[in-house]
Amino acid sequence: MSKEQDFPLWEIFIQSKRGLDHKHVGSLHAADAQMAIENARDVYTRRNEGNSIWAVLAENLHASKPEDQGAFFDPADDKVYRHPTFYVMPKEAKYI
Amino acid sequence: MTQQEALFRFAVRMGDNSLVLGHRLSEWCGHGPQLEEDIAQANIALDLIGQARNYLTYAGEVEGKKRSEDDLAYLRTDRDYLNVLLCELPKGDYAQTIARSFLFDAFHLPLQQALTTSTDERLKGIAEKAVKEVTYHLRHSSEWLIRFGDGTEESHSRAQVALNDLWRYTGELFIPDEAEEMLAKAGVVPKLGDIQKEWSATVGRVLKEATLNRPADGWAASGGKKGVHSEHLGPMLAEMQTLQRTYPGVEW
Repeated sequence: MSKEQDFPLWEIFIQSKRGLDHKHVGSLHAADAQMAIENARDVYTRRNEGNSIWAVLAENLHASKPEDQGAFFDPADDKVYRHPTFYVMPKEAKYI
Repeated sequence: MTQQEALFRFAVRMGDNSLVLGHRLSEWCGHGPQLEEDIAQANIALDLIGQARNYLTYAGEVEGKKRSEDDLAYLRTDRDYLNVLLCELPKGDYAQTIARSFLFDAFHLPLQQALTTSTDERLKGIAEKAVKEVTYHLRHSSEWLIRFGDGTEESHSRAQVALNDLWRYTGELFIPDEAEEMLAKAGVVPKLGDIQKEWSATVGRVLKEATLNRPADGWAASGGKKGVHSEHLGPMLAEMQTLQRTYPGVEW
Protein backbone atom coordinates (compact mmCIF):
# COMPACT_ATOMS: atom_id res chain seq x y z
CA MET A 1 0.00 0.00 0.00
CA SER A 2 1.33 3.43 -0.87
CA LYS A 3 0.98 6.10 1.73
CA GLU A 4 -2.35 7.79 1.25
CA GLN A 5 -0.93 11.07 2.50
CA ASP A 6 0.90 11.22 -0.85
CA PHE A 7 -2.39 12.29 -2.43
CA PRO A 8 -4.48 15.22 -1.16
CA LEU A 9 -8.03 14.78 0.05
CA TRP A 10 -10.98 15.82 -2.14
CA GLU A 11 -14.61 16.36 -1.19
CA ILE A 12 -17.06 14.93 -3.67
CA PHE A 13 -20.48 16.31 -4.59
CA ILE A 14 -22.87 14.34 -6.78
CA GLN A 15 -25.92 15.58 -8.62
CA SER A 16 -28.33 12.70 -8.94
CA LYS A 17 -30.66 14.31 -11.49
CA ARG A 18 -30.54 17.36 -13.70
CA GLY A 19 -31.93 20.36 -11.90
CA LEU A 20 -31.27 19.04 -8.40
CA ASP A 21 -28.50 20.24 -6.09
CA HIS A 22 -25.09 18.66 -5.97
CA LYS A 23 -25.00 16.89 -2.61
CA HIS A 24 -21.94 16.07 -0.57
CA VAL A 25 -21.42 12.30 -0.65
CA GLY A 26 -17.99 11.86 0.93
CA SER A 27 -14.30 12.27 0.27
CA LEU A 28 -11.44 10.45 -1.42
CA HIS A 29 -7.74 10.78 -2.23
CA ALA A 30 -6.48 11.72 -5.69
CA ALA A 31 -3.40 13.32 -7.25
CA ASP A 32 -5.33 15.93 -9.23
CA ALA A 33 -8.82 17.04 -10.23
CA GLN A 34 -9.13 14.66 -13.15
CA MET A 35 -8.20 11.66 -11.03
CA ALA A 36 -10.56 12.87 -8.30
CA ILE A 37 -13.48 12.93 -10.73
CA GLU A 38 -12.62 9.51 -12.16
CA ASN A 39 -12.20 8.05 -8.68
CA ALA A 40 -15.50 9.60 -7.64
CA ARG A 41 -17.15 7.95 -10.62
CA ASP A 42 -15.88 4.58 -9.40
CA VAL A 43 -16.38 5.07 -5.69
CA TYR A 44 -19.69 6.95 -5.55
CA THR A 45 -21.68 6.34 -8.74
CA ARG A 46 -21.55 2.56 -9.12
CA ARG A 47 -25.23 2.11 -8.52
CA ASN A 48 -26.46 4.69 -10.93
CA GLU A 49 -26.54 7.54 -8.41
CA GLY A 50 -24.92 10.14 -10.59
CA ASN A 51 -25.52 12.63 -13.35
CA SER A 52 -22.76 15.12 -12.59
CA ILE A 53 -19.75 15.22 -10.27
CA TRP A 54 -18.02 18.10 -8.51
CA ALA A 55 -14.67 17.60 -6.81
CA VAL A 56 -13.25 20.24 -4.46
CA LEU A 57 -9.89 20.09 -2.70
CA ALA A 58 -10.77 19.59 0.96
CA GLU A 59 -8.25 22.29 1.92
CA ASN A 60 -10.27 24.81 -0.08
CA LEU A 61 -13.36 24.30 2.04
CA HIS A 62 -13.69 26.69 4.96
CA ALA A 63 -15.97 25.70 7.77
CA SER A 64 -17.60 27.57 10.63
CA LYS A 65 -16.19 26.73 14.03
CA PRO A 66 -18.17 24.56 16.48
CA GLU A 67 -17.51 27.10 19.29
CA ASP A 68 -19.22 29.80 17.18
CA GLN A 69 -22.46 27.83 17.16
CA GLY A 70 -24.02 29.87 19.95
CA ALA A 71 -23.25 33.28 18.48
CA PHE A 72 -24.04 32.20 14.93
CA PHE A 73 -27.24 30.28 15.20
CA ASP A 74 -28.97 30.63 18.54
CA PRO A 75 -30.18 34.26 18.07
CA ALA A 76 -32.41 33.03 15.22
CA ASP A 77 -34.28 30.73 17.61
CA ASP A 78 -36.39 33.41 19.34
CA LYS A 79 -37.28 35.55 16.31
CA VAL A 80 -40.44 33.88 15.19
CA TYR A 81 -41.34 36.95 13.10
CA ARG A 82 -38.61 35.92 10.66
CA HIS A 83 -40.72 32.96 9.67
CA PRO A 84 -43.74 33.80 7.51
CA THR A 85 -46.16 32.06 9.87
CA PHE A 86 -48.49 34.98 10.64
CA TYR A 87 -50.35 35.06 7.37
CA VAL A 88 -53.71 33.44 6.92
CA MET A 89 -53.29 31.01 4.09
CA PRO A 90 -56.08 30.51 1.58
CA LYS A 91 -57.42 26.96 1.74
CA GLU A 92 -56.57 26.32 -1.90
CA ALA A 93 -52.81 26.84 -1.32
CA LYS A 94 -51.92 23.51 0.15
CA TYR A 95 -48.21 23.20 -0.30
CA ILE A 96 -46.70 26.40 0.96
CA MET B 1 -16.12 -24.66 -41.10
CA THR B 2 -19.71 -23.49 -41.41
CA GLN B 3 -20.66 -19.93 -40.65
CA GLN B 4 -22.47 -21.17 -37.55
CA GLU B 5 -19.26 -22.79 -36.27
CA ALA B 6 -17.33 -19.63 -37.06
CA LEU B 7 -19.84 -17.51 -35.15
CA PHE B 8 -19.61 -19.87 -32.18
CA ARG B 9 -15.82 -19.59 -32.12
CA PHE B 10 -15.94 -15.81 -32.41
CA ALA B 11 -18.51 -15.41 -29.63
CA VAL B 12 -16.53 -17.79 -27.40
CA ARG B 13 -13.32 -15.82 -28.06
CA MET B 14 -14.93 -12.49 -27.24
CA GLY B 15 -16.39 -14.02 -24.07
CA ASP B 16 -13.10 -15.66 -23.09
CA ASN B 17 -11.06 -12.49 -23.62
CA SER B 18 -13.39 -10.59 -21.30
CA LEU B 19 -13.76 -13.40 -18.77
CA VAL B 20 -10.05 -14.13 -18.44
CA LEU B 21 -9.00 -10.48 -18.26
CA GLY B 22 -11.89 -9.79 -15.88
CA HIS B 23 -10.67 -12.58 -13.61
CA ARG B 24 -7.10 -11.26 -13.69
CA LEU B 25 -8.30 -7.76 -12.74
CA SER B 26 -10.48 -9.18 -9.98
CA GLU B 27 -7.29 -10.53 -8.38
CA TRP B 28 -6.57 -6.94 -7.31
CA CYS B 29 -9.74 -6.81 -5.25
CA GLY B 30 -8.62 -6.09 -1.69
CA HIS B 31 -4.99 -5.69 -2.84
CA GLY B 32 -5.13 -2.48 -4.86
CA PRO B 33 -2.39 0.13 -4.45
CA GLN B 34 -4.97 2.50 -2.97
CA LEU B 35 -8.61 2.16 -2.06
CA GLU B 36 -9.91 4.16 -5.03
CA GLU B 37 -7.96 2.07 -7.57
CA ASP B 38 -9.03 -1.12 -5.86
CA ILE B 39 -12.65 -0.16 -6.47
CA ALA B 40 -11.94 1.01 -10.03
CA GLN B 41 -10.36 -2.32 -11.02
CA ALA B 42 -13.20 -4.26 -9.40
CA ASN B 43 -15.69 -2.18 -11.43
CA ILE B 44 -13.82 -2.83 -14.65
CA ALA B 45 -13.59 -6.55 -13.84
CA LEU B 46 -17.35 -6.63 -13.32
CA ASP B 47 -17.94 -4.87 -16.65
CA LEU B 48 -15.79 -7.47 -18.41
CA ILE B 49 -17.46 -10.40 -16.70
CA GLY B 50 -20.84 -8.95 -17.67
CA GLN B 51 -19.69 -8.86 -21.31
CA ALA B 52 -18.45 -12.46 -20.99
CA ARG B 53 -21.91 -13.53 -19.83
CA ASN B 54 -23.53 -11.97 -22.90
CA TYR B 55 -21.06 -13.55 -25.31
CA LEU B 56 -21.04 -17.01 -23.75
CA THR B 57 -24.83 -17.11 -23.53
CA TYR B 58 -24.99 -16.24 -27.22
CA ALA B 59 -22.27 -18.79 -28.07
CA GLY B 60 -24.29 -21.49 -26.32
CA GLU B 61 -27.38 -20.57 -28.34
CA VAL B 62 -25.46 -20.52 -31.62
CA GLU B 63 -23.95 -23.92 -30.88
CA GLY B 64 -27.38 -25.40 -30.17
CA LYS B 65 -26.20 -28.02 -27.70
CA LYS B 66 -27.94 -26.43 -24.74
CA ARG B 67 -24.71 -25.31 -23.09
CA SER B 68 -25.31 -22.33 -20.77
CA GLU B 69 -22.94 -19.45 -20.00
CA ASP B 70 -21.96 -21.29 -16.82
CA ASP B 71 -21.28 -24.56 -18.66
CA LEU B 72 -18.98 -22.71 -21.04
CA ALA B 73 -17.22 -20.72 -18.33
CA TYR B 74 -16.78 -23.41 -15.71
CA LEU B 75 -16.67 -26.72 -17.55
CA ARG B 76 -14.18 -26.13 -20.37
CA THR B 77 -10.48 -26.89 -19.99
CA ASP B 78 -7.77 -24.50 -21.15
CA ARG B 79 -7.50 -26.15 -24.59
CA ASP B 80 -11.09 -25.08 -25.27
CA TYR B 81 -10.50 -21.49 -24.17
CA LEU B 82 -9.93 -19.27 -27.20
CA ASN B 83 -8.78 -16.00 -25.59
CA VAL B 84 -5.64 -14.19 -26.71
CA LEU B 85 -2.52 -14.84 -24.61
CA LEU B 86 -2.32 -11.17 -23.56
CA CYS B 87 -5.41 -11.54 -21.36
CA GLU B 88 -4.19 -14.55 -19.39
CA LEU B 89 -0.76 -13.27 -18.28
CA PRO B 90 -0.36 -12.84 -14.51
CA LYS B 91 -1.31 -9.45 -13.14
CA GLY B 92 2.31 -8.61 -12.23
CA ASP B 93 2.97 -5.24 -10.60
CA TYR B 94 0.59 -2.34 -11.11
CA ALA B 95 2.52 -1.03 -14.12
CA GLN B 96 2.16 -4.43 -15.80
CA THR B 97 -1.55 -4.57 -15.01
CA ILE B 98 -2.08 -1.08 -16.42
CA ALA B 99 0.10 -1.66 -19.51
CA ARG B 100 -1.68 -4.93 -20.31
CA SER B 101 -5.10 -3.34 -19.85
CA PHE B 102 -4.08 -0.42 -22.04
CA LEU B 103 -2.80 -2.61 -24.88
CA PHE B 104 -5.99 -4.67 -24.74
CA ASP B 105 -8.41 -1.75 -24.28
CA ALA B 106 -6.89 0.08 -27.28
CA PHE B 107 -7.78 -3.02 -29.34
CA HIS B 108 -11.08 -3.76 -27.59
CA LEU B 109 -12.64 -0.32 -28.12
CA PRO B 110 -12.36 -0.08 -31.94
CA LEU B 111 -13.41 -3.73 -32.16
CA GLN B 112 -16.56 -3.12 -30.13
CA GLN B 113 -17.26 0.10 -32.03
CA ALA B 114 -17.03 -1.78 -35.32
CA LEU B 115 -19.31 -4.53 -34.00
CA THR B 116 -22.07 -1.97 -33.43
CA THR B 117 -22.55 -2.08 -37.22
CA SER B 118 -22.47 -5.89 -37.43
CA THR B 119 -25.09 -7.58 -39.60
CA ASP B 120 -25.63 -9.96 -36.67
CA GLU B 121 -28.26 -8.38 -34.40
CA ARG B 122 -27.05 -10.04 -31.23
CA LEU B 123 -23.39 -9.07 -31.71
CA LYS B 124 -24.59 -5.58 -32.47
CA GLY B 125 -26.69 -5.41 -29.30
CA ILE B 126 -23.89 -6.69 -27.07
CA ALA B 127 -21.44 -4.21 -28.61
CA GLU B 128 -23.74 -1.23 -28.13
CA LYS B 129 -23.71 -1.85 -24.39
CA ALA B 130 -20.01 -2.75 -24.25
CA VAL B 131 -18.79 0.36 -26.11
CA LYS B 132 -19.65 2.67 -23.21
CA GLU B 133 -17.90 0.41 -20.72
CA VAL B 134 -14.80 -0.09 -22.83
CA THR B 135 -14.54 3.65 -23.54
CA TYR B 136 -14.11 4.13 -19.81
CA HIS B 137 -11.65 1.21 -19.51
CA LEU B 138 -9.39 2.74 -22.16
CA ARG B 139 -9.62 6.13 -20.52
CA HIS B 140 -8.66 4.66 -17.15
CA SER B 141 -5.72 2.59 -18.42
CA SER B 142 -4.45 5.46 -20.66
CA GLU B 143 -4.54 7.94 -17.80
CA TRP B 144 -2.51 5.66 -15.56
CA LEU B 145 -0.01 4.74 -18.24
CA ILE B 146 0.59 8.45 -18.87
CA ARG B 147 0.99 9.09 -15.14
CA PHE B 148 3.47 6.24 -14.81
CA GLY B 149 5.43 7.16 -17.92
CA ASP B 150 5.49 10.86 -17.16
CA GLY B 151 5.87 10.32 -13.41
CA THR B 152 8.92 9.40 -11.37
CA GLU B 153 12.05 7.64 -12.63
CA GLU B 154 10.86 4.44 -10.97
CA SER B 155 7.30 4.55 -12.38
CA HIS B 156 8.67 5.39 -15.83
CA SER B 157 11.10 2.49 -15.85
CA ARG B 158 8.49 0.02 -14.56
CA ALA B 159 6.02 1.12 -17.24
CA GLN B 160 8.66 0.80 -19.97
CA VAL B 161 9.69 -2.68 -18.77
CA ALA B 162 6.03 -3.73 -18.73
CA LEU B 163 5.50 -2.48 -22.30
CA ASN B 164 8.67 -4.20 -23.52
CA ASP B 165 7.58 -7.49 -21.93
CA LEU B 166 4.01 -7.34 -23.21
CA TRP B 167 4.70 -6.12 -26.74
CA ARG B 168 5.30 -9.63 -28.11
CA TYR B 169 1.73 -10.56 -27.13
CA THR B 170 0.09 -7.79 -29.15
CA GLY B 171 0.71 -9.31 -32.59
CA GLU B 172 -1.75 -12.12 -31.92
CA LEU B 173 -4.62 -9.65 -31.49
CA PHE B 174 -4.56 -8.88 -35.21
CA ILE B 175 -3.89 -12.27 -36.79
CA PRO B 176 -7.30 -13.50 -37.92
CA ASP B 177 -8.13 -17.18 -37.61
CA GLU B 178 -10.31 -19.05 -40.10
CA ALA B 179 -13.49 -18.09 -38.25
CA GLU B 180 -12.66 -14.38 -38.19
CA GLU B 181 -11.76 -14.39 -41.90
CA MET B 182 -15.02 -16.09 -42.80
CA LEU B 183 -17.12 -13.73 -40.66
CA ALA B 184 -15.28 -10.64 -41.92
CA LYS B 185 -16.11 -11.61 -45.52
CA ALA B 186 -19.77 -11.93 -44.54
CA GLY B 187 -19.74 -8.48 -42.87
CA VAL B 188 -20.47 -9.94 -39.45
CA VAL B 189 -17.20 -8.83 -37.87
CA PRO B 190 -14.65 -6.17 -38.88
CA LYS B 191 -11.33 -6.92 -40.55
CA LEU B 192 -8.66 -7.09 -37.85
CA GLY B 193 -6.30 -5.15 -40.12
CA ASP B 194 -8.61 -2.12 -39.80
CA ILE B 195 -8.71 -2.50 -36.03
CA GLN B 196 -4.91 -2.64 -35.98
CA LYS B 197 -4.65 0.77 -37.63
CA GLU B 198 -6.79 2.35 -34.91
CA TRP B 199 -4.92 0.46 -32.18
CA SER B 200 -1.61 1.62 -33.54
CA ALA B 201 -2.73 5.26 -33.63
CA THR B 202 -4.04 5.14 -30.04
CA VAL B 203 -0.89 3.43 -28.79
CA GLY B 204 1.30 5.96 -30.58
CA ARG B 205 -0.60 8.93 -29.15
CA VAL B 206 -0.67 7.68 -25.55
CA LEU B 207 2.95 6.48 -25.47
CA LYS B 208 4.07 9.84 -26.79
CA GLU B 209 2.21 11.67 -24.07
CA ALA B 210 3.57 9.19 -21.52
CA THR B 211 7.13 9.78 -22.81
CA LEU B 212 7.47 6.01 -23.22
CA ASN B 213 9.20 4.31 -26.15
CA ARG B 214 7.23 2.18 -28.53
CA PRO B 215 8.95 -1.23 -28.48
CA ALA B 216 10.14 -2.59 -31.83
CA ASP B 217 7.95 -5.18 -33.52
CA GLY B 218 9.58 -8.59 -33.53
CA TRP B 219 8.61 -12.16 -32.83
CA ALA B 220 4.97 -12.39 -31.82
CA ALA B 221 3.68 -15.02 -29.42
CA SER B 222 0.47 -16.69 -30.55
CA GLY B 223 -1.62 -19.80 -29.96
CA GLY B 224 -4.25 -18.61 -27.51
CA LYS B 225 -6.79 -18.09 -30.29
CA LYS B 226 -6.63 -21.79 -31.15
CA GLY B 227 -6.49 -23.02 -27.56
CA VAL B 228 -2.73 -23.37 -27.15
CA HIS B 229 -2.07 -21.32 -24.04
CA SER B 230 0.79 -20.21 -21.82
CA GLU B 231 1.45 -22.02 -18.54
CA HIS B 232 -0.50 -19.29 -16.74
CA LEU B 233 -4.05 -20.08 -17.89
CA GLY B 234 -4.37 -23.58 -16.39
CA PRO B 235 -3.80 -22.53 -12.75
CA MET B 236 -6.09 -19.52 -13.22
CA LEU B 237 -8.92 -21.69 -14.53
CA ALA B 238 -8.32 -24.22 -11.75
CA GLU B 239 -8.97 -21.50 -9.22
CA MET B 240 -11.89 -20.01 -11.13
CA GLN B 241 -13.57 -23.37 -11.70
CA THR B 242 -12.83 -25.12 -8.43
CA LEU B 243 -16.26 -24.69 -6.87
CA GLN B 244 -18.18 -25.93 -9.91
CA ARG B 245 -15.72 -28.83 -10.39
CA THR B 246 -15.90 -29.87 -6.75
CA TYR B 247 -19.66 -29.55 -6.37
CA PRO B 248 -21.08 -30.02 -9.88
CA GLY B 249 -24.29 -28.10 -10.44
CA VAL B 250 -24.05 -26.27 -7.13
CA GLU B 251 -26.16 -23.12 -6.79
CA TRP B 252 -26.16 -20.44 -4.14
